[in-house]
Amino acid sequence: MTEAHPVAATFVKNAVRNGAKLIVADPRKHRLVDFADLHLPLYVGSDIALLNGIMHVLIKEDLYDHQFVESCTVGFEALKETVMAYAPERACEICGICPDAIREVARLLASVKPVMVCYTLGITEHTCGKNNVMSIANLQMLLGNMGVEYGGVNPLRGQNNVQGACDMGALPNVFNGYQAVTDADARQKFERAWNTTALPDKNGLMIPQMMEHLVTGKVKGFYIFGENLANTEPDIKKVEHELKTAEFLVCQDIFPNETTRFAHVILPAAAWSENDGTFTNSERRVNRVRTASPAPGVAKPNWWIFKQIAERWGHDWPSNSAREIWDNEISVLSPSLAGINYDRIADDGLQWPCPTTDHPGTCFLHQNGEFTCGLGQFNPVEWTPPAEVPDKDYPYVLSTGRRLYHYHTRTQTGRCEGLNDLLSEETADISMADAEAMQISDQEMITVKSRRGSVQVRARITEEVPSGMVWMAFHFREGNANWLTHPAFDPDTLTAEYKACAVAIEKMSPNAG
Amino acid sequence: MSENQIFINGNPFFFKEGQTILEVASEQRIDIPTLCFLKDAIPTGACRICVVEVKGARNLVPACSTPATRNMDVSTESPRVIESRRLTLELLLASGNHNCAIGSSDEKDWTAFQLGAQAHDDHEQLCPAWGDCRLQDLAYRYQVKGGQFDRVECKHPTETVNPLIMRDFSRCILCGRCVQACNEIQVNQAISFGYRGVDTKIVAGGDRALVNSACVFCGECVQACPVGALVEKKSRFAARPWETRKIRTTCPYCGVGCQLWLHVKDEKIVKVTGVENGAPNQGRLCVKGRFGFDFIYSEERLKTPLIRENGRFREAGWDEALDLVSDTFKAIIAKHGSDAVAGVSCARSINEDSYQMQKLFRAVFKTNNIDHCART
Ligand code: SF4
Ligand code: SF4
Ligand code: FES
Repeated sequence: MTEAHPVAATFVKNAVRNGAKLIVADPRKHRLVDFADLHLPLYVGSDIALLNGIMHVLIKEDLYDHQFVESCTVGFEALKETVMAYAPERACEICGICPDAIREVARLLASVKPVMVCYTLGITEHTCGKNNVMSIANLQMLLGNMGVEYGGVNPLRGQNNVQGACDMGALPNVFNGYQAVTDADARQKFERAWNTTALPDKNGLMIPQMMEHLVTGKVKGFYIFGENLANTEPDIKKVEHELKTAEFLVCQDIFPNETTRFAHVILPAAAWSENDGTFTNSERRVNRVRTASPAPGVAKPNWWIFKQIAERWGHDWPSNSAREIWDNEISVLSPSLAGINYDRIADDGLQWPCPTTDHPGTCFLHQNGEFTCGLGQFNPVEWTPPAEVPDKDYPYVLSTGRRLYHYHTRTQTGRCEGLNDLLSEETADISMADAEAMQISDQEMITVKSRRGSVQVRARITEEVPSGMVWMAFHFREGNANWLTHPAFDPDTLTAEYKACAVAIEKMSPNAG
Repeated sequence: MSENQIFINGNPFFFKEGQTILEVASEQRIDIPTLCFLKDAIPTGACRICVVEVKGARNLVPACSTPATRNMDVSTESPRVIESRRLTLELLLASGNHNCAIGSSDEKDWTAFQLGAQAHDDHEQLCPAWGDCRLQDLAYRYQVKGGQFDRVECKHPTETVNPLIMRDFSRCILCGRCVQACNEIQVNQAISFGYRGVDTKIVAGGDRALVNSACVFCGECVQACPVGALVEKKSRFAARPWETRKIRTTCPYCGVGCQLWLHVKDEKIVKVTGVENGAPNQGRLCVKGRFGFDFIYSEERLKTPLIRENGRFREAGWDEALDLVSDTFKAIIAKHGSDAVAGVSCARSINEDSYQMQKLFRAVFKTNNIDHCART
């Protein structure tokens, strides 16, 4: 958190200074652990076992919030049945956290209110990502920490506008405002608003499926806007093969990158400070983005480019600026955003749901125990191991993430003076114990390989990672972890398992050791 | 009625239990100057510029750390107060290399400055904070010219070794705001007071360079520095404050969505600072938000549409490129149906762009094959 969401982390640290208790559940002993009362270095991919173990104790020792469970939730009995099979002793076998620590955590969690849970991609980037999230929700409902300020389940979004891209309907199943494409009424509403007919009524493809269908030939025209898929998707070799087979690939971006190499047409876009518009942050707060400088050459705003293409298909879209698009279309067509317009967010942004222009915005959801679908539903889940676990040939777990000084594939930070100097190449972080066993010294070039590929990268020996783990990021093309990562996906969300795959590490010249 | 009442410059005001004189005054828009006081940190009372006169009290008291009490009678600009502030300012100007117009306005000082410049190579530079300096503002406000005391020479060389932050100890007034910003606001615990007496210095670790310390280059200390001791390397000498416009925007990196001020000169961003008192970040930024803005001016930016021809890219105009995209998609859809095209939107770009792209795919291409990298 101090690396990927640094400013959010400062508020957590402030809270600790003011006496709040902090529990960090992370295989790595990162900076925030210095501030924690308890660190739970669980095994990679064992989150559900730990959470079920904690809930086991809460129920067994009768520490849970009866009132909340009885009046605001359904499905408690089923949850109880599942978690009863996760006595701390059994949970420990799976997650490596000793039974007493699990009990201690459960008691600590039950002793205070509210408790806030924050998580990032360590939870979602697993084959069981969706189940991990449900498991956290189960815990928070059991503790009665839902629908209260400073409580709840708080995903910290990796990219600045992931929340917004979802809200805007850049998803295969919903229009903007989460209105299902399978809902005839919603389609009719959008047909009228967009002055068109026959909007498609079945869910579309998700990214991994699109990529696979580039190879099968079902998808022939592929339009990539601002994503460097060739570096960010798991298993670079496979991805590059898929991109290469695209019959017609359009890339719209601000820089040439590894993905644009495969394009047939590249469209130059205006960047962040060359646009007016809005971003929506992790707290669902819609904030303004403003123009400071002109775009280089003839680069144009992305919305303009899409409008031009629509025009060539005979669609005349009336909105002619980001402001008009928001005020006249997005907020009109998305009930939860209806109260947000550019005038109202000139200074601080507003948090949706914000249904009317006199609504102050909503800073936390499920107030008074009300959930979108009535009562809160417990969804008990069983632990499942990552799709690829260490074995004789590939004895280490590779887990990946971001580092402080860079962002994603560095198309931006790599071009900022100073940031490259602070971190100029990828490293493979390994533990002291493993380094000793392998006779690897700090900063030595090593080979890390998986069933998909291998990279040469400098070893960084650190106390942060436990033995048995290799930790890497995906900021650099050289030594990019995604040469190694496993394209295994959560069956529902199709999120890739970036957080776990099996690798081996080797010294570069075997006789040198 | 008279319960929690305090008089400031003769006017009665109410205060809440625990409020300091400074807090009551600023609520009433009465300007008491401060230097060391940092919002959201515990007042240290170090600089004494904020002193005020309280009727019946023997000494002047610092407004930033003195709680308001019932029927307290405060003067914020009495002759005694002004005299004290002028002395404080004289001493501060003499405490280091404050070579702006104010700190070296008479000739005697200019010669001394010249000599000093030869001794320390960085010191010939005019102060980078000139025009953007609390000390200079206050010297102007109280008409303090400096030169009343001998200037103290700074023993500590300027730190230039890191790529982002200049630390010029010769201009440091030891107010401690950076130490508070680092320890109490960002809680990075990288810097503290070191050495003693005239040797006092803000040190990182055991007086190491920032790059070799716990510093994470959030730059909170730079934003807190009221003088020219800590400045962004990228912004140094780039613009005078009155030449820039401030534009409020949102950070382009992570999902925290910090609010930034872009300091823009001639359509070029020269500096970024956090929007104080703005949600969600209350002025705080990290290294990316503060220093990660210059990618937009990179020479490698895509500037014109490109079309691949015989394995190479050639430049094209918008009409040609857009016609090609549009015609090819038309041909594909005519032959293979709408679901033979697919699109990936960008989770970094603005909402309006993502909205527009899904609208294009749904309303125009008639497919729901639209997604973005939420999953990664
Ligand atoms: S840049 Fe940030 S971490 Fe470094 S000394 Fe300044 S406040 Fe502390
Ligand atoms: S300044 Fe740092 S923490 Fe804030 S939004 Fe930008 S990247 Fe995130
Ligand atoms: S501002 Fe009050 S003592 Fe410095």
